[in-house]
Amino acid sequence: MWKIVRQIARNGICTEAPPEMAQASGAAIGAIQRELLDILGQALAIRMVDAGSCNGCELEVHAVANPYYNIEGLGIKFVASPRHADLLLVTGPVSRHMEEALKRTYDATPHPKLVVALGDCGCDGGIFGESYASCGAVANVIPVDVMVPGCPPPPLEILRGILTAVRRRA
Amino acid sequence: MMNLAVQRLPGGLPIWHGRVTAEEWLDTAIAVRQGGGRLLALWARTDAQEVSVSAAYAVLEGMLWLQLPLQGCEPAYPDLAGIFAAAARMQRAVADLNGLQPANSQDRRPWLDHGLWSAPCPPLRDSATPWAQAPTRRDYPFVRVQGDGVHEIAVGPVHAGIIEPGHFRFSVVGEKVLRLEQHLGYTHKGVEQRFAQLDPLQGHRLAGRVSGDSTVAYAWAYCMALESACGVELPPRATELRALMLERERVAAHLADLGALGNDAAFAFGLAQFSRLREDWLRLSGQVFGHRLLMDRVLPGGVLGDLDAAQADLLRRQCDAIEAEVQALKVIYDEHAGLQDRFLSTGRVTPGLAAQLGLTGLAGRASGQAWDVRCDHAPAPCDRLPVRMVTHRGGDVAARVTVRFEELFESMRWMRLLLESLSAGPIHTPLQLPAQAARGIGWVEGWRGEVLVALELADAAQPQRIRRCHCHDPSWQNWPVLEHAVIGNIVPDFPLINKSFNLSYSGHDL
Repeated sequence: MWKIVRQIARNGICTEAPPEMAQASGAAIGAIQRELLDILGQALAIRMVDAGSCNGCELEVHAVANPYYNIEGLGIKFVASPRHADLLLVTGPVSRHMEEALKRTYDATPHPKLVVALGDCGCDGGIFGESYASCGAVANVIPVDVMVPGCPPPPLEILRGILTAVRRRA
Repeated sequence: MMNLAVQRLPGGLPIWHGRVTAEEWLDTAIAVRQGGGRLLALWARTDAQEVSVSAAYAVLEGMLWLQLPLQGCEPAYPDLAGIFAAAARMQRAVADLNGLQPANSQDRRPWLDHGLWSAPCPPLRDSATPWAQAPTRRDYPFVRVQGDGVHEIAVGPVHAGIIEPGHFRFSVVGEKVLRLEQHLGYTHKGVEQRFAQLDPLQGHRLAGRVSGDSTVAYAWAYCMALESACGVELPPRATELRALMLERERVAAHLADLGALGNDAAFAFGLAQFSRLREDWLRLSGQVFGHRLLMDRVLPGGVLGDLDAAQADLLRRQCDAIEAEVQALKVIYDEHAGLQDRFLSTGRVTPGLAAQLGLTGLAGRASGQAWDVRCDHAPAPCDRLPVRMVTHRGGDVAARVTVRFEELFESMRWMRLLLESLSAGPIHTPLQLPAQAARGIGWVEGWRGEVLVALELADAAQPQRIRRCHCHDPSWQNWPVLEHAVIGNIVPDFPLINKSFNLSYSGHDL
């Protein structure tokens, strides 16, 4: 037990004072976090839907939850059911096999039903495009509020996209 | 080579290609099986020039790529599922994508095709060899388990976490899993048809997006196939930088999994610590190579960017720093009774079962299957800097955790040696596509296991040079074994067992 405590104590809270981020992106993260808190007041629940991606975007969504970006520290939480979600974070391209699942997920989400399409493939189909098996962009299947391009978009851009969607409806 | 007429393909790895008859197809499969070899991949080609089915085997000497030409409009080929269990799903995929059925196969259920694809099916058939089949939507016929108190739990395709989509059907009694049946194909997005529309010199970008967590492995395998088809040899430094990025990808994946495995056993501390280390790791990759996940850094003919001495030093020092932290965390994991209680004996695949079913890659090595392309055939730069293979015989979640820790330490040791001894010279060589039809195959030990890309180029007179490009993920072999690994375990341990394999959906579904 003491080793765990020591490990925690030794590493401290890197969200506030990460050495590399202080110069580079630390200020930007702080500003985004404050703004999110101001708008939301309390909490935002996100349901993540992989509608056919290569899994690259998912890796960066995971990174948003690491101690550096610390999305949960803001009261933003990834939830297990669309019925608990305010916002859908969707990666693409939307495969034809996921088209119905995505529509049903959207239907099950209560208002405000925000949708952020993540990554080049979610924005416009990316390198996979539209084909016998791919519907392409997320917007071809459900209404999209904000698009976050990138292959994959880095964590900071994902945070920005979430903020933009929230701000637009606020 | 079993008296077959085979020909060695250009490139650094011992790979032979040959055309066979139906009889030889079957005899070779049996001989490979009896000699302890493995089926790596099975795929088909159906275009105006050729209808054939291909199999790639790993044998002690290297890889054997056999191609069986087929005649007629709806030809059958000998079924390999009785010899290699892993062939069953690959043959079902061939039926879906190419419309070729094995003779007398037992399981003819569609696998990748859910009956929702638009326009002419099967999708990889050339219009010159049409085979009309109207898409029909259908429910997947799961195998039903009958008995007192048996009920089903259906999970997916949209899963509860931040993971890829797929469907799992559990038949359980109380908490105990009697049977798991997977239904995959949800992320099928037409990758192999898309390849045929791309310029060969652009194909590495698509290959690098077959499975985002293995982008270096796929891009390298694709480039290896293309370079073999072109008969081009790489400058040593280009190969070394590719190998360096492959190990960085391996470490990044292991850091993520080790944290997630702690988290799935209710040890959130592990996730917080390992995801912090992973972020440090990705940031330096972004800083030095220009992309956090190293996408599009491996190009046909070499790599995108070079390293200077200061950057090499940064990478070396990061290996020291992260390794020291992981050593400390390993002690914590090892000594944590609650964690070990969840890990030990959970989701066990015995070495015997692993050999029988063809478990491969990292999960295979955790069940005594000692295969690793880096060690078995020592492609450059592993020839001058040998990689030590990590194996374990436990076959449970704990073994797969241990193999990840040990492989991470080995990668760190190896990367430091490589960084201290990088060759000087160019990082790229110009690539001239051959005028005639050509083929090549790439074989790379990614973090999950061996990644294969088989490429067939048409001659220069054809408008589309890529005739067929098949990408194979080790998940094909390992998904069916996961069904066995969970038998008799409790439902709440499934996420932990699943994560300990961490198989790819996108790499499998294509």
